[in-house]
Amino acid sequence: MTHRDPEPILRRLLGPAGPETTCDACFEQLDVYVDREVLLGDAEQAMPALAAHLRGCPACAEDHASLLAIAREAGATPG
Amino acid sequence: MRELHALLLRAARFELGRRASALAQVRGEDREDLALQAADDAFVAIMGKLDGFRGESRFSTWAYKFALYEAAVRVRRRAWQHREVVLDPALWPALGDHADGPAARHERAELLTAIRELIGSALTPHQREVLVALTIQDVPIDVLAERLGSTRGALYKALHDARRALRSHLAAAGHDLAWIA
Repeated sequence: MTHRDPEPILRRLLGPAGPETTCDACFEQLDVYVDREVLLGDAEQAMPALAAHLRGCPACAEDHASLLAIAREAGATPG
Repeated sequence: MRELHALLLRAARFELGRRASALAQVRGEDREDLALQAADDAFVAIMGKLDGFRGESRFSTWAYKFALYEAAVRVRRRAWQHREVVLDPALWPALGDHADGPAARHERAELLTAIRELIGSALTPHQREVLVALTIQDVPIDVLAERLGSTRGALYKALHDARRALRSHLAAAGHDLAWIA
């Protein structure tokens, strides 16, 4: 068994403290969240429950990282 | 329609490229086949949900998420297809020496010990299995859903309920959890 830092493990075991959306709701709103990040920079403040879910769900966090990367590549042009 | 499919295929290839390390054993043409499958399924999903696009985001961002999702699920399943998921709540990580100092290390170790005991006493068998698989064994949630015949949403609810139960018991026992936002 490999030795691991306890802090990330504790965070994963206990999850985010605040209210969070479900995986389904996260998928529904992820494009809005990402475009707020790219175009307005206020996603976390505007959508805190989704931000909390991204801290608690590794799969949704991966999906978010990919969508953010490709949206940034597409640039900051609205529409 | 052709433009939309091309956009989805681009996103699927983008995702497979990001996760290339997980697909090290997959040949180039199989990888392209995975990208096409993901783009095709995303296209079908989008056709069924076009009415749901409300213009709150750019259309490209909205469309990309379907292709990225389809590609990511395929990558995670492919990476785990020959790996057994052992649902064993007795599996437990060995702690490294990374905490801020002896006091912090002791506090974290104590908390982890308390969690380990609570996993055995305060959770249902299903919550226990899901929590350990997702947080200790790092099994991707959609792989676990496939193996258990469940859904990502149902498993995340079990994880959420398990975490809430652990937090509640730890707080009642006087553990300080304020540092975990």
